[in-house]
Amino acid sequence: MSVLTAVGRQLGARIDAAGYVVDLLLRSGLALHRLPRRIRFTLDMAFNAGVRSLPVTLVVAAFAGAILAMQTGIELRRFGDTAILGTITALSMCREMGPFITGVILAATVGSSMAAEVGTMNVSDEVAALEVMSVDPVDYLVVPRVVALAVMCPTLTVLSNLVGIYGGSVIAEHNLGVSPDLYWISAREALTSSGTALPKEVYVGLFKAVVFGIAVSIVSCASGLRASGGALGVGLAVQAAVRNSVILIIVLGFIVTWFFYFLAG
Amino acid sequence: MIELREVSKRLGGRQILDGMTLAVPKGMNFVLMGPSGSGKSVTLKHVIGILRPDSGSVQVDGQEVPAMGRTQLMALRRRMGYLFQNGALINWLSVEDNVALPLREHGRLGRDETRDRVHEVLRMVRMDHAAAQYPPSISGGMRLRTGLARALVTKPEYVLYDEPNAGLDPIISKQIHELIVEVRDQLGVTGLIVTHSRACAVQCGDRIGILDQGRLGIEGTVDELVHSEHPLARAFLHGGTD
Ligand SMILES: Nc1ncnc2c1ncn2[C@@H]1O[C@H](COP(=O)(O)OP(=O)(O)OP(=O)(O)O)[C@@H](O)[C@H]1O
Ligand SMILES: [Mg+2]
Repeated sequence: MSVLTAVGRQLGARIDAAGYVVDLLLRSGLALHRLPRRIRFTLDMAFNAGVRSLPVTLVVAAFAGAILAMQTGIELRRFGDTAILGTITALSMCREMGPFITGVILAATVGSSMAAEVGTMNVSDEVAALEVMSVDPVDYLVVPRVVALAVMCPTLTVLSNLVGIYGGSVIAEHNLGVSPDLYWISAREALTSSGTALPKEVYVGLFKAVVFGIAVSIVSCASGLRASGGALGVGLAVQAAVRNSVILIIVLGFIVTWFFYFLAG
Repeated sequence: MIELREVSKRLGGRQILDGMTLAVPKGMNFVLMGPSGSGKSVTLKHVIGILRPDSGSVQVDGQEVPAMGRTQLMALRRRMGYLFQNGALINWLSVEDNVALPLREHGRLGRDETRDRVHEVLRMVRMDHAAAQYPPSISGGMRLRTGLARALVTKPEYVLYDEPNAGLDPIISKQIHELIVEVRDQLGVTGLIVTHSRACAVQCGDRIGILDQGRLGIEGTVDELVHSEHPLARAFLHGGTD
């Protein structure tokens, strides 16, 4: 009995939180027309987000590319087919790993600090103060953050992709005996061969990055806006923000790939 | 006129307000006192519609606040100033920009008029020397005075003051009391003042109410309460220097 009510209450709280995130997303969409007034603040946010997460993103992306090359290279070597290593690394970086790494690192660095900032504002009545001045906190606090990450996440993803492919090339050359020329030519071909301006792998990856940027910022702001109970509450909000962002990145990443490659053909 | 009738509110599993009834006639300053955590800030938040009561009625000028829609609430809030406990300033805006925020967001004044008005209120709270500083680098008392300036900048009809003299030295404190009285007498502002300070209550108040167990345990004019033998009045208003 008590177990059932406890489970029910947990479930209710989760649904409530998810509903809040969706609601915040819609309200941000509706407040988007006020963005021009906040453009300076938005650019500041984007710049800060980029600067703060760039070093970590690049280091992690380089290693991710190296791991990718190693993993596939070990198998390809058995078939004596390491020539396509550049292709595989480039495509998987652009489609999956680049956006994924960037999203997760943004969640850990920028998302967490968004949740902390907004959460602190909330528990110290600053959000209420905005409401009292008839300033919509969504328009004032959330929209600039969402737009900043929606722009920064794909930008950083492009850099991650390049660095990741480079990381793969190091492994390819030194451990798998693939000449750099071969690696880079096959990588470039993979990313330009489709005839369209942007090959599918690249635009699906960038689309994912935009989705991740929006997801991380909305989830983080939502956690902050729901924080209560002083510093402890802010801590819990940060924790929830990062956890939920990572979960969403994985689930949304799956959905986007599935949509573009299996549903829409 | 601000009127709370039989307001009850549960927060965090505790009954904070329990049948709270309070009336602030127009042009008066009502002082709300009570122990820490007794629900004074919660009461103010009901008046401006940040919190809604579980039961009971909250009215401003005869209009029911909890029943208001978004636009009505915005209209009400434009007529009210709210000094939050600790100021609740926006950290990345300077003192000056914080005070200008309500004016700028609604674009009712031109650029020069806004600046003049902001400096006028900053002078009133003795903060014009620190206009360019940022909240994290100023003292608690300065933040509070900035918050007070922000509450007054729109020339509201009502002002809710949450501990307007917390952490202020006696000299500034006295100036703030004088300001609150001046705001009432010259601008006809109706005030609801939360304070722990006897000096503030006596100097600024017309009536005093003391919260006890989620409602006013005793209420009356300043004179009545200062001379009352009621234990609550004795505890909050007798003895001590402040
Ligand atoms: N949003 C909230 N959620 C849960 N509990 C709350 C909330 N806001 C206030 N409370 C609780 O309500 C009680 C009364 O809070 P309130 O801030 O009104 O006290 P106060 O009388 O203003 O005290 P102080 O003199 O210390 O400012 C406190 O115990 C507080 O923890
Ligand atoms: Mg309080």
